[in-house]
Amino acid sequence: MRKESKLLTFITNNTVPLMFILICAVCIPISGFSASYLINEIITRMGRNVFLILSLLIPIMAGMGLNFGMTLGAMAGEIALILVSDWQIWGIPGVVLACILSIPFSVLLGWVCGKLLNMAKGREMITSYIISYFINGIYQLVVLYMMGPIIPISHSTIKLPRGYGIRNTVSLLNMRQCLDNAWALRIGGVKIPVLTFVIIGLLCLFIIWFRRTKLGQDMRAVGQDMNVARDAGIKVERTRIISIIMSTVLAGFGMVIYLQNMGNIATYSSHSQIGMFCIAALLVGGASVDRASIGNVFLGVILFHTMFIVAPKAGGVITGDTMIGEYFRVFVSYGVITVALVMYEAKKRKHKSRTGAELAAAQKEEAVK
Amino acid sequence: MKNALLMEMRNIKKDFFGNRVLSDINITLREGEVLGLCGENGAGKSTLMKILFGMDVIRETGGYEGDILLRGEKVQFNTPFDALNAGIGMVHQEFSLIPGFTAAENIVLNREPQKKNVISEIFGDRLNTLDYNEITGRAEKAIEKMGFAIDKDMVISNMPVGHKQFTEIARELSKDQLKLLILDEPTAVLTEKEAEALLASVRSMSEKGIAVIFITHRLQEILAVCDTVVVMRDGVVVSEKPASESSVAEISKLMVGRSVGNAEKSVVTDKKVIKETDKTIMSVKRLWVDMPGETVRDVSIDIKEGEILGIGGLAGQGKLGIPNGIMGLYEAGGTIEFEGKEIPLNSPRRCLDSGIAFVSEDRRGVGLLLDESLEWNVAFPAMQINGKFLKKFGPMSWRDEKGIREVTERYIDELKIKCVGSKQKAKELSGGNQQKVCLAKAFALEPKFLFVSEPTRGIDVGAKALVLDALKRFNRESGVTVVMISSELEELRQTCDRVAIVSGGKIAGILPATAPSEDFGMLMVSMVK
Repeated sequence: MRKESKLLTFITNNTVPLMFILICAVCIPISGFSASYLINEIITRMGRNVFLILSLLIPIMAGMGLNFGMTLGAMAGEIALILVSDWQIWGIPGVVLACILSIPFSVLLGWVCGKLLNMAKGREMITSYIISYFINGIYQLVVLYMMGPIIPISHSTIKLPRGYGIRNTVSLLNMRQCLDNAWALRIGGVKIPVLTFVIIGLLCLFIIWFRRTKLGQDMRAVGQDMNVARDAGIKVERTRIISIIMSTVLAGFGMVIYLQNMGNIATYSSHSQIGMFCIAALLVGGASVDRASIGNVFLGVILFHTMFIVAPKAGGVITGDTMIGEYFRVFVSYGVITVALVMYEAKKRKHKSRTGAELAAAQKEEAVK
Repeated sequence: MKNALLMEMRNIKKDFFGNRVLSDINITLREGEVLGLCGENGAGKSTLMKILFGMDVIRETGGYEGDILLRGEKVQFNTPFDALNAGIGMVHQEFSLIPGFTAAENIVLNREPQKKNVISEIFGDRLNTLDYNEITGRAEKAIEKMGFAIDKDMVISNMPVGHKQFTEIARELSKDQLKLLILDEPTAVLTEKEAEALLASVRSMSEKGIAVIFITHRLQEILAVCDTVVVMRDGVVVSEKPASESSVAEISKLMVGRSVGNAEKSVVTDKKVIKETDKTIMSVKRLWVDMPGETVRDVSIDIKEGEILGIGGLAGQGKLGIPNGIMGLYEAGGTIEFEGKEIPLNSPRRCLDSGIAFVSEDRRGVGLLLDESLEWNVAFPAMQINGKFLKKFGPMSWRDEKGIREVTERYIDELKIKCVGSKQKAKELSGGNQQKVCLAKAFALEPKFLFVSEPTRGIDVGAKALVLDALKRFNRESGVTVVMISSELEELRQTCDRVAIVSGGKIAGILPATAPSEDFGMLMVSMVK
């Protein structure tokens, strides 16, 4: 009886990851991909995405929920990359320079976002989501009109034919996978981008170390109870802004890593879905609005991308239409986020009604005595 | 008692928007002295402590008059942090702990011992790593000082409520400069054993030279642990004497006793005598209610037809939970029989349908449609529940505007609601008049049974008398059974036939309203948890 209920709580606590394991388990054999192809794809995508998703962890720690505002960092990273590619600095130096260059943009955008979120406490997620649309407008203004006349862009390959503004795609061919190919290892046909993984590993270590610092401890305190933290003398607003700035800066780095892997920038759309997919991946890994670990990130990336790889093929095999896979990708991302948000609220309510049940039980016990 | 003088309060006065809540408070406290502070709700205890602790509300509402001297020097605390730095610690009634942290982490919250590292040298002290060994060490020391063992590694959310209380105390004790500790009802959430341990730890603190101000409704504890007892009533210190010369009976009399005059006289007039054999209209059996801060445990009571029953008790003891639970506004369990039929709990509509009405203590939140006219406010529930004020034309119903206006105007007249007309918006009225509208709304329902919760909270004396009068008239003229919940005992004794006192979530006893107020006082503190 007790064992059964334990199993049940495990299932209810991990509904989303279990659902995905099930989907993957069904789709993998149907798709008919070879194991080495699958592993290769998953490892590539891990290198591409994990850094971005890790940037979400710090705001969750500070109780600000899923930071849809990471899109701001992605925009900062893109602006930095556009400038670097215009300056013709390629390879690893280019990547490093782009990262450094993205920092001031990220800090500024993160600070604005943090300030705004402090005015909308308790509704951080929806606010950051809308802020990302708002800042997208400013980004377009900068990239479409100010790059050229105000911000000097010399190379016509990235400029629109009219003479100012940036083309729809900026090629990063000379930078493509330069991180991934450095120190790359091949084991049985599977390419392992060692340098990228080392960088990701360092970030993980940083996050673990950060939790043990004074600032990390303050963020956890603020995340769990702002009023108590304030009463203890912690500067709540400042701490929250710092957490958003850190997340934005890391997202900027993550975007640079992501784009060097892709090899080109879709100037007006690369960032638009990135927040959504990163958050969906994190939730698939079993994270919730107020709790996420590094383990959730890795599990999420593996499950989410396995599904992306196998679903189009499996869909094609079943229905004869590969488009179904693309449809599936979007449908599932939004679905997962909805389910996770609803379950988070439901869990809170369940917890609340439990105190009532406890009261009734205590009364019954007393009556027996 | 020969210790040096630690703190002195001289002529402390405080008013909130012209409403005097404290007048001429003089209290002295020596090092290591334990001072017991007691009084009814609204006697001014909390306000006094807020002044001492420099809470923001005091400054925001215009500060206070009088002086506070600490070791002979005049001090003025603008924030709680000033008070903390001066060596004053306070354990509030509501816990101020981070739920996901361990006891040790909470004890040193924002005062964590840190170690420097390379990164913090560059980016500043906030990136110092925490020194976990030192955190454990400090927590252990504080727990030892307190003299009650709690698990320093346990996460707060897994702790029994009593241990949370001790964690709070340990946090205050871990501050080296602590000289004076204020404990606001520290034993309210403790079991008997834990409460004893707390008293022992208060004694040991006192031996170490820390002065303690101990606020509690459990008078036995005050006598057991305090050196001095201060009793407050209506913003005045009515008695300050050594605990050894005091007794529970004396203190409880001082707490509730008012100038015996008109009040006593009006109490005895016009009372129904309620006998066991009278017809029961509502029978409550084994009711529990999960209302935060007003938990009700195992309440059974028979309410007789046509009576006015008062429910009194100290704040937080559960008196408000009873009507809110029965009406289905908070989760509840048990059985309710109304006129011989069982009424399901957690379903406000079924209660209203059976003819039970409720005037909530939260008149702005639950009671009124603030943005609507008085007419709407008065007629809305009657229209919804009883289908009154509706004209039928075939399958459609129209509002009977004329009927609504008439009934609203009648109540405006009867209850003397001060307004410019029946179309005025409810939010534009004063608190007392809003309360009258709430009553009118309930009266318009023509219920068989009426719960009135804190009908006089926050309204002035004149309006109070009118409201109480209207309730009484409603009961006597229409024969409606009224249950009135109030924190003011005198008001209950004047208006009601019987008064039940709730203490510790349970009914401590039911007395006829004519019983002496000391008896009620004893009941109030009898089972305080």
